[in-house]
Amino acid sequence: MILDRIASRASDTNLSRRNFLVASAAAGGGFVLSLSLPLASGEAASSENFAPNAFIRIGSDGSITLTMPYVEMGQGTYTSIPMLIAEELEVGLKQVRLEHAPPNEKLYANPLLGVQATGNSNAMRGAWMPFRKAGATAREMLIAAAAKRWNVDPKSCHARDGEVIHQGSGRGLTYGELAADAAKMPVPANVTLKTPAEFKLIGTSAKRLDTASKINGSAVYGMDARPPGVKIATLAQSPVFGGKVKSVDDTAAKAIKGVRRIVRLDDAVAVVADHMGAAKKGLDALKIDWDEGAHASLSTQDVARELEQATLKSGAVAQTIGDADKAMANAATKVEAMYQVPFLAHATMEPMNCTVHVRKDECEIWIGTQAIARVQAMAAKAAGLPADKVIVHNHLIGGGFGRRLEADGAVRAVEIAKQVDGPVKVVWTREEDIQHDMYRPYWFDRIAAGLDKDGKPIAWSNRFAGSSVIARWLPPGFKDGLDPDSTEGAINLVYDFPNFHVEYVRVEPPGVPTAFWRSVGPSHNVFVTESFVDELAAAANQDPVAYRRALLDKNPRAKAVLDLAADKAGWGQPLPKGRGRGVSLQFVFGSYLAQVAEVEVAKDGSVRVHRVVCAMDCGTVVNPDTVQAQLQSGIMFGATAALYGEITVKNGRIEQANFDTYQILRMNEAPAIEVHLVKSPEPPGGMGETGTSAIVPAIANAVFAATGKRLRKMPVDANVLRS
Amino acid sequence: MAFTVNINGSPHSIDVDGDTPLLWALRDVLGMTGTKFGCGVALCGACTVHVDGTAVRSCITSIDSIGDSKVTTIEAIGTTPAGAKIQEAWLDHEVPQCGYCQSGQIMSASALLASNPHPKDSDIDDAMSGNICRCGTYVRIREAIKLAAQSSAKGG
Repeated sequence: MILDRIASRASDTNLSRRNFLVASAAAGGGFVLSLSLPLASGEAASSENFAPNAFIRIGSDGSITLTMPYVEMGQGTYTSIPMLIAEELEVGLKQVRLEHAPPNEKLYANPLLGVQATGNSNAMRGAWMPFRKAGATAREMLIAAAAKRWNVDPKSCHARDGEVIHQGSGRGLTYGELAADAAKMPVPANVTLKTPAEFKLIGTSAKRLDTASKINGSAVYGMDARPPGVKIATLAQSPVFGGKVKSVDDTAAKAIKGVRRIVRLDDAVAVVADHMGAAKKGLDALKIDWDEGAHASLSTQDVARELEQATLKSGAVAQTIGDADKAMANAATKVEAMYQVPFLAHATMEPMNCTVHVRKDECEIWIGTQAIARVQAMAAKAAGLPADKVIVHNHLIGGGFGRRLEADGAVRAVEIAKQVDGPVKVVWTREEDIQHDMYRPYWFDRIAAGLDKDGKPIAWSNRFAGSSVIARWLPPGFKDGLDPDSTEGAINLVYDFPNFHVEYVRVEPPGVPTAFWRSVGPSHNVFVTESFVDELAAAANQDPVAYRRALLDKNPRAKAVLDLAADKAGWGQPLPKGRGRGVSLQFVFGSYLAQVAEVEVAKDGSVRVHRVVCAMDCGTVVNPDTVQAQLQSGIMFGATAALYGEITVKNGRIEQANFDTYQILRMNEAPAIEVHLVKSPEPPGGMGETGTSAIVPAIANAVFAATGKRLRKMPVDANVLRS
Repeated sequence: MAFTVNINGSPHSIDVDGDTPLLWALRDVLGMTGTKFGCGVALCGACTVHVDGTAVRSCITSIDSIGDSKVTTIEAIGTTPAGAKIQEAWLDHEVPQCGYCQSGQIMSASALLASNPHPKDSDIDDAMSGNICRCGTYVRIREAIKLAAQSSAKGG
């Protein structure tokens, strides 16, 4: 593989003094720049351990190909990151082509996660400096190559539209003509990046590169992989997590036209057929007797009770400022509350699927994944093969939201494919997808605050319990009882709290696997903290915006977004009866966001979100249209959770199954959304998940404004709001 | 038995049980993967195709129910005037994100525009609320349908 070859030669090629870039020749006269995106710890690679994780290849035909650790799942990464390169390299955005990165944890580690994965809204945060520097470096080397060929001063040359031009003579050479020579030029130690005033692409709503294929059916998702001879399988996994297959009667299933074989695993049964229609019919015809195992009587109430109990004991201290206990004792008013958020499914529009061909001594996989190296490693284990014998082809992702950071679907598919000759595509039904998801954790919070006689918070204390996804997914990330995801949004709040204490208790629920979800930790913490700040404002008899504002003197960026959102939303202006406005303010994923939601609560208790106004400071905006799209998207995702989202367990089984019992917001319920951006020279912050966490408390606070009823448990319960 | 179905203007022979949903005949038998599977029970609209110009959910449309009707899928919707306008508006408004549901969205929107060149908001709600988008592109879908309707008005 060309990339492996390049990486292995890195030590004897042309290394820059900053050690984050290597230039080398590519096959066919091209030029490759290999980048090392810095790791989260900020450690700089040394020349001994230079490990590039992204590659820009300039072909002798002038084509520019980017291979990088991040995947496209709708968030616009396949456009916004090429914009960084195109900007500095002086080429048109459409000249940059992307290739899905092959699995290689060493090569493609995400700089902020340390593993090859796309998540945590950090693609742009990790890419911002390295890709611009790489683009500028390549440009300087191309200019140097042209200057050498013409025997002129490089300063008399400049790059434009994929060409180097000599000012004096007007001569020009294309990048393709220069690529082979450029590879031999020394890598400049320092390059000058463009100032924001010089940006031609960054800051523009450049058109997405992936839209054309997504409007005519030609985009290829994992679900669309069709290696020759592929059979289709669908499966039933134990309805209770941890259960086993006791017996299977497959007589009727085998008689169905198109059914080829029945695969029995310890805890699942699959039907392999010529097409999904036959596979589903076969599955329905199976008579499976299950040994339900240890969790056969589990219910959501059991989980909630265990978490509630856990918050009575001390946990790991996530953040402490001043002395919250002492300040609480001196408070004029004490406000206490308990909050709960439910398990949630991902319900990606593309149900789980994975195509596998297990051959004698290797295994080939077709999948859309956010974590390709994890898929490779876990599939290799399931197949009993070394990782380098597992070939993984990545595809476009029909919704990630954290579900496709997991490799359980690939493992299942390998287990089934081991019993099948030739390739098999394992497609989960929607029911299987929802009932065997890995869920956003259930969390329980016990929170309190003390107010002085003016209503100002002088003490804040919060202890919450729930699953740590990081502890399972990335064990080194869980240290001293804490992980950065579980606590994000619960600590380092935007407000100036003099006495502040937050503890986290890790409790893993039995019989319900948990996983990342859009906004994960903040999807819980921002709901709790922003609802509770609203409770404090109410206890102090103050306006929710004014109350927050008074706590932001040390945080001008937070204050600016709050002011802007309130202004644009018409905060304080009268609303018809039954309507209310609610505000939320957060700093998570590196971006500041304020939202004002306007809701209407009907007599039957149903809630309609009419309008959402956002003010966002996400630092430098690379593509304003993408920022707007991501906020629209995150808001719909969070509003769906607030209004409908709940996975419940009864007798060990997940009670929801399809979009009738696990409802998603639809066109007729979609609020109008306004996005206002605050101009900022800071580096870009994360975007993809911010809207989701902010909207949930904004809705809950708006419901309070409309009805006087405080929602401390999600989702919205119409029975509580009926009037 | 084998069924002969007219899809995108050409006859296709499909040898499956008569109760097999059209969706799987398209995707798994004919390899036309633009039409997507989302729920299997007509709750999400990802599998929407046209049968004689009407938007239907192919996941619950059995192959033996089609007869001589003409099936149009996302792969050919651009050859219809309404479909071409909708696709253009989708591009203009950058509607898709992950894109998985968009084949179905475009098929529903094209059927709407073909039958109602000037849809009101309530018409858009009625025609489009059967199509779920998990990326929440609804705001843009609505705008794009209105843009496509405008371009119809201009006779474009």
